[in-house]
Amino acid sequence: MSARTLPLLFLNLGGEMLYILDQRLRAQSIPGEKARKDEWTDVDRKRVMNDIITTMFNKKFMEELFKPQELYSKKALRTVYDRLAHASIMRLNQASMDKLYDLMTMAFKYQVLLCPRPKDILLITFNHLDAIKDFVHDSPGILNQVDETFRQLIETYGCLSAGEFQLIRQTLLIFFQDMHIRVSIFLKDKVQNSNGRFVLPISGPVPWGTEVPGLIRIFNRNGDEVKRTEFTTDGNYVTPQREGSFELYGDRVLKLGTNMYSVSRPVETHMSGSSKNVASRAKENIAPNPLAKEELNFLARLLGGLEIKEPGGSETGFRLNLFTTDDEEEHAALTRPEELSYKVINIEATQEPARRAQLSRILGELEVAEPRAAGAGKGEDLLALMDGL
Amino acid sequence: QAAWCVLPSRVLLVLTSQKGIQMYESDGSIMVYWHALDVTEHPPAQAVFARGIAAAGGRFVCVGTSSGLVLVFDIPPKGTNITVSEVLEQHRDAITDIAAEQGRAPDGAGDLVTADDAGTLCVWSAGEEFALLSKIPAFGSTCSSVKLWNGIVAAGYGNGQIRLYEAATGLLRAEVNAHARWIYALDVAPQTGKLLSGAEDSFVHVWRLSRDPDTDNVEIEHCHAECVTDTQVCGARFCDPEGNSFAVTGYDLSEIFRYSRA
Repeated sequence: MSARTLPLLFLNLGGEMLYILDQRLRAQSIPGEKARKDEWTDVDRKRVMNDIITTMFNKKFMEELFKPQELYSKKALRTVYDRLAHASIMRLNQASMDKLYDLMTMAFKYQVLLCPRPKDILLITFNHLDAIKDFVHDSPGILNQVDETFRQLIETYGCLSAGEFQLIRQTLLIFFQDMHIRVSIFLKDKVQNSNGRFVLPISGPVPWGTEVPGLIRIFNRNGDEVKRTEFTTDGNYVTPQREGSFELYGDRVLKLGTNMYSVSRPVETHMSGSSKNVASRAKENIAPNPLAKEELNFLARLLGGLEIKEPGGSETGFRLNLFTTDDEEEHAALTRPEELSYKVINIEATQEPARRAQLSRILGELEVAEPRAAGAGKGEDLLALMDGL
Repeated sequence: QAAWCVLPSRVLLVLTSQKGIQMYESDGSIMVYWHALDVTEHPPAQAVFARGIAAAGGRFVCVGTSSGLVLVFDIPPKGTNITVSEVLEQHRDAITDIAAEQGRAPDGAGDLVTADDAGTLCVWSAGEEFALLSKIPAFGSTCSSVKLWNGIVAAGYGNGQIRLYEAATGLLRAEVNAHARWIYALDVAPQTGKLLSGAEDSFVHVWRLSRDPDTDNVEIEHCHAECVTDTQVCGARFCDPEGNSFAVTGYDLSEIFRYSRA
């Protein structure tokens, strides 16, 4: 499997997360003057977006991300986004975080699946980055960070072959295999079937570099074309107009990876029986993963090194609900099917002396300034954090 | 990957992975050979794996690697004394597929064809020392799968094209705009010359290969198309040597679909 997949996975999922958060924040925002202390305003929204994007494109984090490595497990990756979503004054309950992650992953899975050429995965990533740059267009500092990452993407992926891109795509598809969560906006647009599987169109433009199917040409020994025949199928393909741009700025042409949410279209997911094959899901690894400890130590180190901003003024963070009402959110938490829970890793921080030493070292290095209930000490917070992972 | 390698004296089950190559007796009971891949041969960020398996020359099993090398294993009639007899070094990109002649090759037409990520194909004659007969240059698209039948190389490409080449000379004899997406699988039914192609565009096509005895032109005609709705086809194989039925697998699909002529 490709060791260059993680940056693409992280950036695209991050992009989807920002689309969804932006939409929810806009939907729930109140004009500044009229807002109560605990209601969202436009200023709050911009701030949350800025904070998350700043954290996401942190230089050190990006450096680590771009090193050749295997993909994180689903659990480990989910933890990263958990932390990312809480990089600002915004708070999400478990149910809302679950829903956010479901939406992010299904959206990117769709984009990878429908990606015309393996290389177009890069265009999808660029679409996300273009949108992110737009979110922070009036903050030159953060804009610079994003541009840096853009350049690094071009440098790392610019000269990969189609075969290497296909390997990356296959690595991603394996990561998303068997996920069939139904997303309301996809179902409405007839992009997803009621069984959770995506609709693969057999019409439309063919990928750049591909010919419309149908023509057979025969050549003689001298290389002259001597015969032409045609065959027909149910497919209805057309020639594409132009190729998307792989430069820092340009028309990507491809629509995959652009923001499909708008304030008027609510984002919902359906939880019931999305996969008939419950048995196959239950096969999820229950045996302790020896690498889990390694992954989490690494993550803890990375995330611990980042500054978490303190909410100005008020002590408590603002809670964002991804559902329409608080009751809905609570109901979702209670009724989430077992097989769809993002199983958490239980870390025993007590046993081996070596492990204890490792963890203490990390705890010592970490600096977190998060709003917590009064009385909880810094060390306790972090341990609670890790135990809760 | 997994493949049966049928040799005159025995049948081996060969498996490839990111760590190396395993060979088992045909019932899977005993592992007769293990070959670990040399990680140091690859630049640091590049994936390491073995891909492409074929039995050739009645005596050898050839396996491709991500570095472009093709390992040739000499297989004794029985026992575990398998050795690497040769390493073929013509490819500079990861091997995608390897195929052995499945029909009756005209003289000098070659026993084996190897394909790589860049789209380059090599035709070999098998023996104590493998000899390169022809090298078919890439045209800009990955050659994802390849088959060899009656001296005709059938190659499936990432841009959806199927091309037929003369194995002995490497000359292009036919070009088919077959699929709208990456071709994942090709198979040939040796007794009839039927060709099966499966791609990410959800389509599986059945073609017929033949040679016009008068003009000596290679012919390919379209026989049948099957759309596996909403499925990216990853594997397609004939279930019988005449090509009257075939099986299909796809991404996110836990079933194998089998199609038969009515």
